[in-house]
Amino acid sequence: MAVVFEPTKGLTDKPFHYCPGCCHGIIHRLVAETLVANDALETAVGVASVGCTYNSYEYIACDMVQAAHGRAPAVATGIKRNLKDSFVFTYQGDGDLASIGTAEIVHAAARSENITVIFVNNAVYGMTSGQMAPTTLVGQVTTTSPWGRDPSYQGYPINVSEFLSNLAGAAYVERVCVTDFKNIQNAKRAIQKAFNVQKNKLGFSLVEVLSTCPTNWGKEPLAAMDWLKENMEKQYPLGCYKGADITFDEAGNYVSGSIPATANNCVNVGEVKK
Amino acid sequence: MAKGKLTFNENLCKGCGLCVAACPKKILELDKTRLNSKGYHPATCVNPDECIGCAFCATQCPDVVITVERF
Amino acid sequence: MAQKRVLMKGNEVIAEAAIRAGCRNYFGYPITPQTEVMHYMAKKMVQVGGNFVQAESEVAAINMVYGAAAAGFRVMTSSSSPGISLKQEGISYIAGAELPAVVVNIVRAGPGLGGIQPAQGDYFQATKGGGHGDYRNIVIAPASVQELYELVVEAFNLADKYRMTCMIVGDGTLGQMMEPVAFRDEEPIETVEKPWAACGRKGDSFHHTVTSIYIDPDVLEKKNLELQDKYKIVEANEVRYESICMDDDPEIVITAFSTCSRISRNVIRQAREMGIKVGMIRPITLWPFPYKAIAEAADMPSVKAFLDVELNAGQMIEDVRLGANGKKPVYFHGRLGGNLPMQKEILDKIVAIHEGKITEGGNF
Repeated sequence: MAVVFEPTKGLTDKPFHYCPGCCHGIIHRLVAETLVANDALETAVGVASVGCTYNSYEYIACDMVQAAHGRAPAVATGIKRNLKDSFVFTYQGDGDLASIGTAEIVHAAARSENITVIFVNNAVYGMTSGQMAPTTLVGQVTTTSPWGRDPSYQGYPINVSEFLSNLAGAAYVERVCVTDFKNIQNAKRAIQKAFNVQKNKLGFSLVEVLSTCPTNWGKEPLAAMDWLKENMEKQYPLGCYKGADITFDEAGNYVSGSIPATANNCVNVGEVKK
Repeated sequence: MAKGKLTFNENLCKGCGLCVAACPKKILELDKTRLNSKGYHPATCVNPDECIGCAFCATQCPDVVITVERF
Repeated sequence: MAQKRVLMKGNEVIAEAAIRAGCRNYFGYPITPQTEVMHYMAKKMVQVGGNFVQAESEVAAINMVYGAAAAGFRVMTSSSSPGISLKQEGISYIAGAELPAVVVNIVRAGPGLGGIQPAQGDYFQATKGGGHGDYRNIVIAPASVQELYELVVEAFNLADKYRMTCMIVGDGTLGQMMEPVAFRDEEPIETVEKPWAACGRKGDSFHHTVTSIYIDPDVLEKKNLELQDKYKIVEANEVRYESICMDDDPEIVITAFSTCSRISRNVIRQAREMGIKVGMIRPITLWPFPYKAIAEAADMPSVKAFLDVELNAGQMIEDVRLGANGKKPVYFHGRLGGNLPMQKEILDKIVAIHEGKITEGGNF
């Protein structure tokens, strides 16, 4: 008998508080498994954001820093600039990253900070009970768009992966989901790729993971997954938006592919500049 | 003859049903006859002989309930 | 050993002092009148191999400070009043997470966008907590470029020792003025171990977490009481102030900090030439405030009154009144909008107090 799947030591023993069917549990696990697979549990530092995952530091077993709402990329900048060889990541929801944190995410990407952002997009503010988010779909009913998001006074959703990929500093940006086995394996591959991008000091990486929010969407977990497939994937197509051609060898070393020219803010400044 | 064996850490289960849908052999169900310590109907394997050890269920589970072994 | 004296601008000395204190992280944003701190850092911090980032906002900068501090590294940011307002959330988080940080405020006139000339209108914000929750910052008000240098170095030691923000409060005058500075050959750097830092588990049995959220009220109350206990220790040990001409039974005691104390020094001399014995208590730490020194002065039989001089509508005066505890009146002279008081204005007030012609209150 061989164990083919068991709980990872990248997660603590604490049971998740997330709602039944919430994708956070799956995504936390993928991040944790990546830390373990790359022998990074003892050196990595993660930044927890504000939202349902405010206490993700109780679940993910590497060192963690809790950040104010939206500020995780700035906090991660402060950490990574000092711990240049440690894997530093943020874990943020769409309210955190695309609303209050818009400046921080744009500039971390523009500066090509050598960090990895795990961006969980469930088109709603979860923790605070279901308000409209920058990623809420047109027509989607939320507690602050009670007749469905109306562009005439509530504007349009923001496609984060697309707009960040326009920044020269963004090295790798990919959008995935975790609706089924094949997609979960793909999401894990993307997170591993982001890890390799950071390890090789290639610059800013972001993996956007479409997620359900059964409680605030008012749907059972399976129905929520269906809604995601039928609606969210139309607004937020899966795929790699930047860095598709970046490749690594078996040992995770950079082989080829276009990367930001000045990706290496992590390279020592070296000789004294006059 | 079973190719795989599942172990459920039942009291972590929230009865979300994602594993039930994920299983390609359709051998998982939420046990409606009982509740776990959280008050949910826990997932369980109703036909262990058919298990192929693919781990689709464990991979889909958001609460790390299932451990999978393969023969 | 003759110390080399260098003519330097206040803002630049702040940056130089930080680097001498072993700080290798500076995160800033342009705002008048402190931008030279950042210009100096843009060159010098990079030259010493440290981290320099011009952040996208003062909000981002204070959060970068939070991150570097959480990872266990000395770090500084600087700004001016409107930017310090933006940083209040971050400062509250730094207090709650018990992180060491140095924040420099080169104060300009407010409120709102205000003006760019010197002011002291952020005293309340600095000492009474501009951010939310029950916390304190150590607040230091240097009065010369030499003091700026020595106290910025000390700020890093205090921040590390007590795991809290040490705020340096200057004003545009101090930031822009140039004075000779004597640099020490070696700085008195007091390093501390930081076993709490989130910089990698490194085999510890549990991962390190830096956070300020505690959902359970009992846990959060306990955390708050621990913070309060810490602040009591700071109050007991870190009060700093200067007494000027207080040892010959002064009649009137000026209370003033930073730039106003410099102007008042000349007024003391002029008043004494007129036969009025004036002394001064110059707080160096605005928090912890030298209440005891004020109380002792209020108890002196010779002391008739205090005159508090500030570049605001009356902020530190409330603490002076708390210290005096009703024993002696505390009069006020203030200027606003970026204006500085002329010596004559203060002297006229002194004469009026001496002649019994003034009643308590402001001067507007």
